[in-house]
Amino acid sequence: MFFEQIINGLALGSTYSLIALGYTMVYGILELINFAHSEIYMTGAFIGLTMVTVYKVPFPIALLISMAGSCILGVCIEKAAYKPLRKANRIAPLISAIGVSIFLQNLALIIAGPQARAFPKNFKVTTIQVGSLFKISSIQLLILLVSIVLMIGLHFLINKTKIGQAIRATAQDKETAQLMGIKIDRIISLTFAIGSALGGAAGVLVGVYFNSVDPMMGFFPGLKGFVAAVLGGIGNIPGAMVGGLILGLVEVIGAVYMSQYKDAIAFAVLIIILLLKPTGLLGQKVQEKV
Amino acid sequence: MLVLENIVTHYGNIQALKGISLKINKGEIVTIIGANGAGKTTTLKTICSLVKPTSGKIFFEGNDITSKHTSDIVEAGIALVPEGRRVFPKMTVMENLSLGAYLNNDRNKIKNDLEKVFDLFPVLKNRLKQVSGTLSGGEQQMLAMGRALMARPKLLLLDEPSMGLAPKIVSNIFDIIQQINSEGTTILLVEQNAQMALSIANKGYVMETGRFILEDSANTLLNNEEVKKAYLGES
Ligand SMILES: Nc1ncnc2c1ncn2[C@@H]1O[C@H](COP(=O)(O)OP(=O)(O)OP(=O)(O)O)[C@@H](O)[C@H]1O
Ligand SMILES: [Mg+2]
Repeated sequence: MFFEQIINGLALGSTYSLIALGYTMVYGILELINFAHSEIYMTGAFIGLTMVTVYKVPFPIALLISMAGSCILGVCIEKAAYKPLRKANRIAPLISAIGVSIFLQNLALIIAGPQARAFPKNFKVTTIQVGSLFKISSIQLLILLVSIVLMIGLHFLINKTKIGQAIRATAQDKETAQLMGIKIDRIISLTFAIGSALGGAAGVLVGVYFNSVDPMMGFFPGLKGFVAAVLGGIGNIPGAMVGGLILGLVEVIGAVYMSQYKDAIAFAVLIIILLLKPTGLLGQKVQEKV
Repeated sequence: MLVLENIVTHYGNIQALKGISLKINKGEIVTIIGANGAGKTTTLKTICSLVKPTSGKIFFEGNDITSKHTSDIVEAGIALVPEGRRVFPKMTVMENLSLGAYLNNDRNKIKNDLEKVFDLFPVLKNRLKQVSGTLSGGEQQMLAMGRALMARPKLLLLDEPSMGLAPKIVSNIFDIIQQINSEGTTILLVEQNAQMALSIANKGYVMETGRFILEDSANTLLNNEEVKKAYLGES
């Protein structure tokens, strides 16, 4: 029983991690909270659903197409709503983000209607018994596997490749990054692209997990992904991964004891952690010498 | 090699550069000296297109590079060691150096260049894995210079390399600047330490509130009464 809750928590938490990565990467580069991220997640779920129901493509392909679509959406949002405001004061892009978010929600309402849709599973769902300890459903296994692969891939990209180095440099000091010959506009777009692709993947995974897709579905997961990012230390990539997993675990285990407060638990955790460590779990400030 | 023609640069409504012209020949060390807020940093940033001039033209090796993209300017062969070093604080020394070679895809050349940088700055070699934010000021200056050299610049722009450093380190840095120059890199050096700068330069410009008020050979400037009074601490 306990182990099964852990599995539930990790599966849910890994989707929070995926969402949190989008927030944290964009924040790391632009110091902007991309409030439209929860709608990218929702759009990702709809693209995945459409692929499976209308075009009957296999699930893995639907997932990839959804990631690609989310990626394009994220880059378009950056170009249309944030880039023109890059030199404006800090509140302007934030308002623009909220505007994009509301716009996308309503667009989805017009196109898809308010009712939730089931996400048909075009693959076989089984339950796997692991020893005598616990069971894991193939959907949970899928969520965990996809999340882990994506996160390891991201970790590799950020830390081991030249592009990743350019992303980190741009996050630390844009002006100096340009002096290295880095085209920071491209890096910013790339960051939105990656974060949005991960968010879209999370949307599809959660859509399948809870068997439900609707235009408002981004609200709570978006908020929790954001909480997970802050929890781990906003701007910090491993922090977002850890923050999401912790949040998922705490939420699932907490819900066993007080299920009516499920959504409040995330925020309680956030408040406690920020009181103890204001920079988040892995957040830190490196002293710069001048 | 580098020619600035009547460059005017604004920050919003503030006119930071009020029409400056400058010429650097290949192989020279040219220095710009001036007090705080004169516009020295702005001049270097304008050359690198980090700020765009309102009017005027910049030519590098005969090509108009005015307002070209910064990465194109770096690619053309201009590297800047910014004021305050600006190493990437959370990255290691090695990562900082390899970012300097961002536009270079030839691994062998990068390896060679690294060796050259280590010859100039032996301290860096023992600290490759150290996080740059924890280096001392002098070490950070060396790293910033090494990083700029990794871009294989034909023209190296240095913004106050002596800032905040002990006299011994400053003279070490200036020796290295001369060595870099003797190996074929042209240098534009911005300094408040006028004595040191003029002593290694061929030519100097004296900047005051966005204008060059004097321009002459470094030797002549060293003996100029006005310069002595205002910048060399003599009366
Ligand atoms: N980002 C900016 N926004 C507005 N004004 C600026 C900006 N940067 C510089 N200035 C102004 O432009 C003028 C020239 O500044 P600059 O930094 O070029 O001087 P400097 O000669 O490098 O001075 P220092 O020796 O102190 O480094 C100053 O009056 C400064 O206040
Ligand atoms: Mg300056």
